[in-house]
Amino acid sequence: MSLLRADGISVAFGGVRAVAGVSFEVNQGEIFTLIGPNGAGKTTIFNLISLIYPLSSGKLVFDGRDLDRLSPHQVAGLGIARTFQNIELFEHATVLQNLLIGRHVHRKTSLAAEMLFLPSARAAERGFRETVENVIDFLDLPHYRDTLVAGLPYGVRKVVELARALCSTPKLLLLDEPSSGLNVEETEDMAFWIDDIKNDLGITVLMVEHDMTLVSRVSDRVLALNYGEVIAQGTPAEVQSHPGVIEAYLGGAL
Amino acid sequence: MRFLFKTDYDQDLRLLQHGIQKFWYAVLLAVLLAAPWTLPEYFTSQLTFILIYGILGLGLMLLSGYTGLISLGHAAFLAVGAYTEAVLFAHGWPFPLSLAMAALLSAAVGIIVGLPALRVKGIYLSIATMAFGFIVEEVLARWESVTGGNSGLQVGVVTLFGFKLDSEESFYYLCLALAVATTLAMLNLLRSPTGRAFVAIRDSEISAQSMGINLARYKTTSFALSAAITGIAGALYAHKLRIITPEQFTVLQSIELVLMVVVGGLGSIHGAFFGAAFLIALPQVIVLAKDYLPDAIGQATGLQPTVFGVILIGFVLFEPLGIYGRWLKIRTYLGMFPFYRRGMFKRQKAFMKSERLK
Repeated sequence: MSLLRADGISVAFGGVRAVAGVSFEVNQGEIFTLIGPNGAGKTTIFNLISLIYPLSSGKLVFDGRDLDRLSPHQVAGLGIARTFQNIELFEHATVLQNLLIGRHVHRKTSLAAEMLFLPSARAAERGFRETVENVIDFLDLPHYRDTLVAGLPYGVRKVVELARALCSTPKLLLLDEPSSGLNVEETEDMAFWIDDIKNDLGITVLMVEHDMTLVSRVSDRVLALNYGEVIAQGTPAEVQSHPGVIEAYLGGAL
Repeated sequence: MRFLFKTDYDQDLRLLQHGIQKFWYAVLLAVLLAAPWTLPEYFTSQLTFILIYGILGLGLMLLSGYTGLISLGHAAFLAVGAYTEAVLFAHGWPFPLSLAMAALLSAAVGIIVGLPALRVKGIYLSIATMAFGFIVEEVLARWESVTGGNSGLQVGVVTLFGFKLDSEESFYYLCLALAVATTLAMLNLLRSPTGRAFVAIRDSEISAQSMGINLARYKTTSFALSAAITGIAGALYAHKLRIITPEQFTVLQSIELVLMVVVGGLGSIHGAFFGAAFLIALPQVIVLAKDYLPDAIGQATGLQPTVFGVILIGFVLFEPLGIYGRWLKIRTYLGMFPFYRRGMFKRQKAFMKSERLK
């Protein structure tokens, strides 16, 4: 069953067609990876799903709902969480506060209840905290709970961002280059976690990734892009041996 | 050194984390309650000013310190609050009602002024809010039938539940009660989703949005709340000054207010009050110092703005977190003695940012 369906999605910035008629389906419970050389349009597809850019044409359907008429902030409410290529954490807040912001879509208290911190607000906070603590345990972050993000090393920030996305208990997780800037050991950990996210938490993952070892290790299916167009789709092995993909990365024979 | 062992989620929800904190805040409250009984009337009056500016600082702090939106027009919200109170007081409204109206009207104006904030930010937003400040200043001077024009409005003494608060002390207690209430409301807000949403918007709009935070709604809320708090301060300000004129609400005063929160420490509740104390105390210190300075400096015009400017530059350069930041360092130093390291509060270089909205 498909969770996310992209139907000929395109976006053009002036004369540049960043994404040109890309179609794919992400099935419930799989790890689907977008690969491609720099500038192929991978992150642009993420930004289209997050509605940061409007679609020029085509259709995006998530969980049976057309994303067309929603505002950007409503996407999270449907159950789509994402991370960013260059880490967009809330720098001047602690890890715990960052993760609590991840629970924002589940806010039910009113402004007045919050200002007076009525029992309902307290109960809601306690509930948020429980979910957040589960994620902290899952990603092995207890040590950093009360640290300011501004003081964290890069590798940990990457994990915190993943944790924040998980805190919203999403149905679909968009990971934009989860291993970029991580060392070999941290990339190993990341691979385990992505596997666990699929198997233990049952969250579908759509990911952009350059590290082919990680890609072949965790992905169920891979889609290769170049210049905004699909060049191959299939299992990691199939895509890697596809002549079009090899040409896109290494250049064609003269 | 003190170690807090946490055994319960509720521990992190508490406003006061441990006994020592409880003790010191109890001492502070006791001192504030006892102050009018022991201090000469003049100092009580100055303390009242600090409390009013503190409330005002909280309002601006919510907007600039926590939501990251700059306003160079906050004196205008103060004016809306002050004039609303003055006019309604003249019409015989009871104080709680007129105070609520002052807050509500300011909030409504805040929402309108906040509209450009949905589109512009940074320096453009400060220009937009400054323009608003000019407009309000003009309106106050020209709309003579309501505001009394340049000659201003007289405001009487607050009557609360049948008691006339005509002494310096009684009005001080009213301000103290409102300052405490506002501070508590702010603290509560900051430990709930709305407060966190403000902080999220300040630090990264794009990721706040992808976390499901409606930027337009929360920015407007921040403007409205900030203006409402400022309006409350304005109402108290009107009663404190007894006579209000447009020249008390100029753009220059708005800039002074920004200076207040920056010097106090952006992004902290303490900062609002530290800044207020600084803003009230500095002119007095300058007056006292004048006698000891050579005439060429002591009698020079523009001495006060110059000193203000130099201090602001000093803070921006050496202590961006303001007086509160310095206070944190001193506290940590004493708390960890002798293990404090120099580099402890050194800020890490920020990593590359991209994918910013706009």
